[in-house]
Amino acid sequence: MPNEQGPRTLFQKIWDDHAVRAETQQTPAVLYIDLHLVHEVTSPQAFTELRQRGLKVRRPEHTLATMDHSTPTTPRRKGMIPVNDSLAAAQLKQLEVNCADFGVPLFALGDDEQGIVHIIGPEQGLTQPGMTIVCGDSHTSTHGAFGAIALGIGTSEVAHVLATQCLIQNRPKTMEIRVDGELKPGVTAKDIILAIIAKIGTGGGTGYVIEYTGEAIRALSMEARMTICNMSIEAGARAGLIAPDETTIEYIAGRPYAPKGAAWDAAVEAWRQLPSDEGATYDATVTLDASSLGPMITYGTNPGMGMQIDGLVPDPADLHDPNHRAALEKSLRYMEIEPGKPLLGTPIDVVFLGSCTNSRISDLRAAAEALRGRKVAPGVRMMVVPGSQLVKVQAEKEGLREIFEAAGAEWREAGCSMCIAMNGDQLDPGQYAVSTSNRNFEGRQGRGGRTFLASPLTAVAAAIHGRVSDARELSYAGVKNDDAFTDN
Amino acid sequence: MEPIKTFSSRVVLLPIDNIDTDQIIPARFLKVTDKNGLGEALFADWRYGADGAPRQDFVLNHPASVGSQILFAGDNFGCGSSREHAPWSLVAFGFRAVISTYFADIFRNNALKNGLIPVVVEPEVRHALQARLESDPATELTVDLESQTLTLPDGEKVSFPIDPFARQCLLDGVDQLGFLLGESDAIQVYESSRPARVKTTA
Repeated sequence: MPNEQGPRTLFQKIWDDHAVRAETQQTPAVLYIDLHLVHEVTSPQAFTELRQRGLKVRRPEHTLATMDHSTPTTPRRKGMIPVNDSLAAAQLKQLEVNCADFGVPLFALGDDEQGIVHIIGPEQGLTQPGMTIVCGDSHTSTHGAFGAIALGIGTSEVAHVLATQCLIQNRPKTMEIRVDGELKPGVTAKDIILAIIAKIGTGGGTGYVIEYTGEAIRALSMEARMTICNMSIEAGARAGLIAPDETTIEYIAGRPYAPKGAAWDAAVEAWRQLPSDEGATYDATVTLDASSLGPMITYGTNPGMGMQIDGLVPDPADLHDPNHRAALEKSLRYMEIEPGKPLLGTPIDVVFLGSCTNSRISDLRAAAEALRGRKVAPGVRMMVVPGSQLVKVQAEKEGLREIFEAAGAEWREAGCSMCIAMNGDQLDPGQYAVSTSNRNFEGRQGRGGRTFLASPLTAVAAAIHGRVSDARELSYAGVKNDDAFTDN
Repeated sequence: MEPIKTFSSRVVLLPIDNIDTDQIIPARFLKVTDKNGLGEALFADWRYGADGAPRQDFVLNHPASVGSQILFAGDNFGCGSSREHAPWSLVAFGFRAVISTYFADIFRNNALKNGLIPVVVEPEVRHALQARLESDPATELTVDLESQTLTLPDGEKVSFPIDPFARQCLLDGVDQLGFLLGESDAIQVYESSRPARVKTTA
């Protein structure tokens, strides 16, 4: 609803609602934070800071910790946690101690609710429209899919929020990315976001909060919207948002931490006021036609180096800017990929299905449906890593585990796994992987390892053929159904 | 934190675009609970061979890099992961400023909280500066936070933008948490004016 400031965007409404102090010429805004998610890797030094200053956690009841980054994904059970890495074990122990000392609730390794921090927030109903959410992790942008301002922060800021429940922020600019048209079969939310990043570049969103709009975004399920917002950071954006609608409300209803009874009705009423007002303006606008997209894959060493799967790898000789040419040459050298050639048919060693980008139940369903009755190619290792223990249990209930295992894939416990490769799951030097994760940086999935980022369907196609393959050529019931990939 | 004023130094030239924080410090070095020893892990995969020996073709291993306080990088420095270990490792190595055409937002925020100055220059200035540093690697630059200028040996000055609040904190040698703690009355008023959105405790 327009107020005296005139029409406002979704972002402006949430920002204004959380400004403890507005920004001035000399001082940034002080923003109140509704939910602070914490994990073992970026929090220990923040708790140390609190101890050194004799501070408490101001609002433990707005804080939730889990273990995900440095945790192994090998079989576990309550009370028996196989952490062989002594450094990781000490870090996990430290999180337990910190949470106990400061009264912060913790979903620990072995708990039913443990999982990747950006999977469990939405899954538990903690992530809600209109909120401010922070976490010491850049993929916090995931939560923006609900129409929340969700910011990745550093460890100093983790200490700030623990101690004051507030964050110092300069107001970012806003960018609308409108995606119209309808996705074709075999093309998914992951392909939309990879196409966006390829279009605007890894720095294209720097200084901006992106709001994704348009009929193709509206048609996506909540889980697919999370995939989009998750990778906003890979375009350099401060955050990514999607306005809440009936899809959002339906997703949240009944989840453990969702409002109940009269509080639910009031919350829904407030959420309906959040979408950007008619006439609200953005600092920049980018448009994309979903119907023009095919499956996407990256060929280089940043997520902006992406193309349609049947495209040709760009040639540095075609680039005029010497720095851009040098960057592409360096990437292709690392990847050992030839310019001007197709990527289709490139042999691969590993397929990784997981990460906060693509490890939700709908991702596993889509992948299992494509893999049903088929085999992972000889010599290829396929790892399936559910985003949370609850996703894992659900997938097992639905028989997805059997499909993956019958195909020859590994079924793992929940965690960040090979996306960050600091937990034992990693590529060997020189190996090629098709990964559903979010980063193809040099060494990201293991020193010397080489990553092609793609959707779960493209990952399955690669697993079956042992080569980079076009998911549209997999014939099974799913690809004939226009809705299968946009609204499941 | 020590107040930051002016310093002069030779420059380590690493003119690569999109240097992400996974390159600045690979994830396997993040299994720590303190900030010790991170200088050794800076640019580990570029700096050391698979056998752990320093690679002589990497600039940080050149004798001239020892003691340098300024890093010169390509566009979009610090993109990717939010790990504050990235500025911690740069500072532990001895860097006090990084020059680039632009910085990733989270990295810039993290750097400013650790006394590492992100010096943003226009692309033309970057090209000219790079050419000069390539032809004369012994060139010393002076970074002056107070006047927000970068000074070349011939006296030429280039000004750079910086967040005024972060700049003042660095000049005064105070950290930003102190400022936030000073806002506790306003935070209290805000909290009492609206119900909590969610409660994570039973």
